[in-house]
Amino acid sequence: MTTAMKLLIVEDDREAAAYVVKALTEAGHVADHAADGLDGYALASASNYDVLVVDRMLPKLDGLSLIGRLRAEGATTPVLILSALGQVDDRVDGLRAGGDDYLTKPYAFAELLARVEALARRGAAGAGDTVYRVGDLEIDRLSHTVTRAGQEIVLQPREFRLLEYLMRNAGQVVTRTMLLENVWDYHFDPQTNVIDVHVSRLRSKIDKGFDKPLLHTVRGAGYVIRDGAR
Amino acid sequence: MTALGKLLRTTAFRLALAYLVVFATLSVVVLAYVSWHANALIAAQLNATVNAEITGLAEQYRQGGIRKLVATVEERSNRGAGTLYLLTTFAGDVLAGNVVGLPDAALAEQGERELPYQRAGEAAVAPYPAVVRVFVLPGGYRLLVGRDTEERERLSGVIANAVQWSLALVVVLGLAGGVFVARRVLNRIDAMTDTVRGIMAGDLSGRLAVTGLDDEFDRLAQATNAMLDRINELMAGLKEVSDNIAHDLKTPLNRLRNRAEAALRDARSEDDWAGAMERVIADTDAMLGIFNALLLIARAESGGARDQLAPVDLADIAGSVAELYEPLAEERGVALVVETPEPIQALGNRELIGQAVANLIENALNYGGSNGEVRVTAHGEGDLARIVVADRGPGIPDADKARAMDRFVRLDTSRSRPGSGLGLALVSAVARLHGGALTLADNEPGLRAVLTLPIQAQALPPPAPPALPAPSAGAKAAE
Repeated sequence: MTTAMKLLIVEDDREAAAYVVKALTEAGHVADHAADGLDGYALASASNYDVLVVDRMLPKLDGLSLIGRLRAEGATTPVLILSALGQVDDRVDGLRAGGDDYLTKPYAFAELLARVEALARRGAAGAGDTVYRVGDLEIDRLSHTVTRAGQEIVLQPREFRLLEYLMRNAGQVVTRTMLLENVWDYHFDPQTNVIDVHVSRLRSKIDKGFDKPLLHTVRGAGYVIRDGAR
Repeated sequence: MTALGKLLRTTAFRLALAYLVVFATLSVVVLAYVSWHANALIAAQLNATVNAEITGLAEQYRQGGIRKLVATVEERSNRGAGTLYLLTTFAGDVLAGNVVGLPDAALAEQGERELPYQRAGEAAVAPYPAVVRVFVLPGGYRLLVGRDTEERERLSGVIANAVQWSLALVVVLGLAGGVFVARRVLNRIDAMTDTVRGIMAGDLSGRLAVTGLDDEFDRLAQATNAMLDRINELMAGLKEVSDNIAHDLKTPLNRLRNRAEAALRDARSEDDWAGAMERVIADTDAMLGIFNALLLIARAESGGARDQLAPVDLADIAGSVAELYEPLAEERGVALVVETPEPIQALGNRELIGQAVANLIENALNYGGSNGEVRVTAHGEGDLARIVVADRGPGIPDADKARAMDRFVRLDTSRSRPGSGLGLALVSAVARLHGGALTLADNEPGLRAVLTLPIQAQALPPPAPPALPAPSAGAKAAE
């Protein structure tokens, strides 16, 4: 369902990089690997990638400088920063340096994949559209109305934003942390399954009473809204 | 460095030397001034005496001619008393007087001069110095009147002596004083240095001696001792923390290992394997959560996130986090009541405060009892904001309240429930990072966790010392 992406992984831990490249290939993408900042910079400037995955601490040229150089040359390729540093303040530095998303190590591969796919589609998926549609579910961002099969569904403001985010990424897996970040704008890690409860509430409103469920749980990864099972 | 070299190199001794030079110079200048003035005064007196004498003799000569003068000069010459007289003809023959041995040219001209002389009738000894005045009378007679200046010379000698002695005294007393003070200082400093070396060598119980004189050294020693006490406290806290970390991370690691081992031994089917691996991943994630919480606490306590403070709305944070937990509360049959009447603007880190409020709400939901009520309120009062999370559960006994905020403390009542034991420690660290405090109060019944944060930007204190041993101590200090 997702189109194949061309990715560059800049990571000095060869074992971790090999695992990520292999897993990305299995997910249907093409991934190159660079082991240090200078190689990564050379590869990134030489060919067109859909998304760059850049580790923060790299030999020869650190990740943030690498991103800075690419941005200075006008490259707009989305960048996901990987970092073993803390979450709270280093994230701000990373995003300020030109990164588009930030993921702390260690991470689940599903999380990496979901974020990379979201980044790749960010430009393409008509973020400016006022109406998103998935199957017979429709969300109008201007009038703040949701209908399914012509039937209006009343949602709380936060449920509306949750659905809006899921539908903007229709067909894409979004993880719990992505939901927390994009819908609530928090990056911390709740101990309990708060997000799951929100999603199951939303699900009961949009899927209950309809034959075909649209909001699916992807085991070990997160949620996806799509028409029909893959 | 020799003991003497060390002594001479002390600041005290160098200061003493500097004062010595200053006082010696001063005493020489004062004595020179006194001696110059005394000389001038004595010279003036001598002149006045000689002049008066001459005026008197001139009067005699005018009244009674040379005979009368000779008689008077002879009479006065025999009186002694240090005045010199000599009356000669123009050819130099002595008519009267008490002076001999004058240089030949002495009487040639009229005027005032200083001469050596000898006294008539005395054995020839070294000539005495004198100030004389020569007067040429009509008829070629020459009259000399003079005054012995030995007194003046003697005074000069006295003054010169005084200069020498006072200089010697200043130098001796100055050096002795310098050595005394320097040795005193050196002894105190040496004692302190020895103690400090001992402490560096590992004797952490060592303390600087306080003499009770309440001087500058005592104050330094007291301050240093207080610092050492604080360092000891921190080290004890650090040790406790690392012990806790070792224990609380080893436990889940051990569990993880057991699980993997059990899977290796018992798993028969694909499903068994998958299930075991999932549990292993879940365990790993839980441990990562502990690591992250620890790092976050460390970051908050070191004040590292302080420069990331930005204007935030505390009411909005409390409200949005409460809203995040609202469905969960409902699922558990707990009423989550949110009361944030108005925006509260403050400087803060939205992520950290959000995490803190989330931890408090999770605690309330986990330990606040079922079918209860959790009330989340945010109010600004003056320059303080209070975010309160209150539940209706069993609460925390007073004795355990301070301890509950320590790292890895899991009160007995919560042992059986999930959690890392870091939740309240993190909230407390976040509060202190913002210059506020976390207090646990009684909600009668239940627990009332109050997160107090300063509102005004100026209210942010300089980085508080990290209260490692007991976060509660820091919280108390911040109140």
